[in-house]
Amino acid sequence: MTFIWLWTDFLLWVLFALSMIAVVKIRGNELLSQKWQKIFAQPLALSAFIVFAFYILIGLSDSIHFRLDNNTTTYSVLDRALLPALEAEEKTYSTPLNFEQFSKEYLDNGLRGRVHLNLVSAEITNASDNTKNLLSISANALFYAVSIFVVFILFLAKFTAINTKNNRSAFVTIFALIFFCTWVVLLMPNYHILGTDKAGIDVFYKAVKSIRTGMIFGLLTTLLALPPAIILGLMAGYFKGKTDDVIQYIYTTINAIPGILLIAALVLILQVYMDEHASDYASALERSDLKLLLLCVILALTSWTGLCRLIRAETLKLSELEFVQAAKVFGVSNIKILFNHLMPNVMHLVLISIVLDFSGLVLIEAVLSYVGVGVDATTMSWGNMINAARLELSTDPVVWWPLASSFIFMFILVLSANLFADRVRQVFDPKGDDNA
Amino acid sequence: MLAFLLLNLDKITKMWTYILRRALYSIPILLGVNLITFLLFFMVNTPDDMARIQLGAKHVTQADIHTWKEEKGYNKPLFVNTDQSGAAILTDTIFYQKSIPLFQLDFGHSDSGRNINKDINERMWPSLALAIPSFIIALITNIVFAMWMVMLLGTKLERMSLIFTVALMSISGLFYIIIGQKIVAGMWHWFPVSGYQDGFESWRFVMLPVLIGVVAGLGAGVRWYRSIFLEEINKPYVNTARAKGLSEQQVLFKHVLKNAMIPILTGVVVVIPSLFMGSLIMESFFSIPGLGSYTIDAINSQDFAIVRAMVFLGSILYIVGLLLTDISYTWVDPRVKFK
Repeated sequence: MTFIWLWTDFLLWVLFALSMIAVVKIRGNELLSQKWQKIFAQPLALSAFIVFAFYILIGLSDSIHFRLDNNTTTYSVLDRALLPALEAEEKTYSTPLNFEQFSKEYLDNGLRGRVHLNLVSAEITNASDNTKNLLSISANALFYAVSIFVVFILFLAKFTAINTKNNRSAFVTIFALIFFCTWVVLLMPNYHILGTDKAGIDVFYKAVKSIRTGMIFGLLTTLLALPPAIILGLMAGYFKGKTDDVIQYIYTTINAIPGILLIAALVLILQVYMDEHASDYASALERSDLKLLLLCVILALTSWTGLCRLIRAETLKLSELEFVQAAKVFGVSNIKILFNHLMPNVMHLVLISIVLDFSGLVLIEAVLSYVGVGVDATTMSWGNMINAARLELSTDPVVWWPLASSFIFMFILVLSANLFADRVRQVFDPKGDDNA
Repeated sequence: MLAFLLLNLDKITKMWTYILRRALYSIPILLGVNLITFLLFFMVNTPDDMARIQLGAKHVTQADIHTWKEEKGYNKPLFVNTDQSGAAILTDTIFYQKSIPLFQLDFGHSDSGRNINKDINERMWPSLALAIPSFIIALITNIVFAMWMVMLLGTKLERMSLIFTVALMSISGLFYIIIGQKIVAGMWHWFPVSGYQDGFESWRFVMLPVLIGVVAGLGAGVRWYRSIFLEEINKPYVNTARAKGLSEQQVLFKHVLKNAMIPILTGVVVVIPSLFMGSLIMESFFSIPGLGSYTIDAINSQDFAIVRAMVFLGSILYIVGLLLTDISYTWVDPRVKFK
């Protein structure tokens, strides 16, 4: 077994490590940990965070790639977990949790009928059997979920000081997630949970695999946009004068170009470049991964300006305050003033902008794919799924499940991110409407 | 009248010099935009690459590329032409030849040979027919809902509707379009599914996209206006107004709304000129032959001349928007000084 590190894998894990360091630092700082406790004290925010963390967990498990010795395919940890869905091959469409294909065709015996799906046990031949089987699997899943949940609660009660009574909504969320997991684990070897698409590929597999793409869009873009935004914003606000003029000029100019057009133009150029140098990449996976990363770079290039402007304005105010003046008088170097004295005081803006931008970036991925400047066609993403599903809506009867699946997976991620972001803004923004 | 003019002469000249200075300030920005687009479209992506795309075939000879470049005027050096002498060293280059017409708003011909200016003149009307109603209706709906939520401040209903707006803005815009088109037009047959017709009949085709656009923007829009109103509502003048015994409606609509105009204008006026550009997504979903779908088609056929023209046009309109914002401040807020 050899591990394969894609660029985005690497950066995602770097990001993870950075956020772990941040957590440790926050725990050591009384003021900050109080603020974070305040965030999690709101039941809605806590539940949203748990769902969000669950998505991140899936995204991370999809970011460890390896190749088995006797095999040429590259798998991720998530692929191995979803193996039944990945390997089951059907011929064409089937509705969620069905036992036969969606459309009728001529069978071997000359009659018109629906072909039985490969993945579903051959013993199930009619709808009522199917329902019975599904119910019994669901009941099993519920049993397992309750058992795991009880063990989990007992574990928490025994080894931690978490009050199990005050966090009802959080525990409801955790239970829902556990139940979802057991249900999926039990169903997957026997059913296509969200049906299959035109090529007979499992829709659930595609929707889950798309989580990583959405995560990378939302997280890596902000990570890449932070350094220019912070450094230029601090410099403009602190040095003022010529430096400020130049930096303001740069971001006004970039702002003046309509965002989506600038992105489209950059991606077009990127596509031309990658097509010409197609032979430089070791595999299609690496090629599509690089394209994903460069897309994030492009989005970062167009999106750092907003935060930069905010940081500049805040630094302008801060640099007039006594502690900065005092540092100057004591002969502290400019670089030290910038990074030791000013930067910690604008970090709340950075945090707010990270959480607020995340959901917008996840949503824009779908739009970009529609415009034709999104991720590579071989990358699984919600945008690509929606794009492919548009034509299916005009068929009769309607093929609705690929579209619905991608929308629901996307909606839950964006909703939880938005709810959490809202709370973070409330607590960290001094102007925030902290009345909830 | 004359007396009024004479009294205010000082102020008026100050205002005009202010506007003029703001206008002059936008020239370097336009130059920067031009430089960026040029770097993107001609340096990163050389004329040779463009020729290969446009000629399409895999077996393009160097001679084919050369003829194509000659036809389109791309056969010059990029920045400095060492074959020429005098001013021509700088003027007989692609940069100069392709930039000057842009500043005169002459976009030339697309890579496929169409006259871009003529296309823009034709296609801006359907774009406006869609963009202006969307803009106005969205503005009014968002403000009304935001006001309503501010009135309910602190109640359970307000908290529910706040969560509802978060849910609304968590749904992908594509969802609203696809579902709206499928259900309202496809199943109920209230409106045509897509297409466009010039003249008065256009309203039938524009209704559904306008409706969808308003609903899709509702979540984010309401929250934005709400935060503006909330910032105003804690100011002392609101307390004074309430203490005078004004009703809550009067306080909100007469006092808060008026004072909130400044932050509202910052966000709103700047987008007005850009309405010309139309909406990429809406227009292509509903096959409205506006500038948005024009741009999308150009992106899909990799027509760099059109994309470049639209980027430049969009930037000009944005800069005009900034200028209008500055002017509108002087109109709503007498405290603004022309410095």
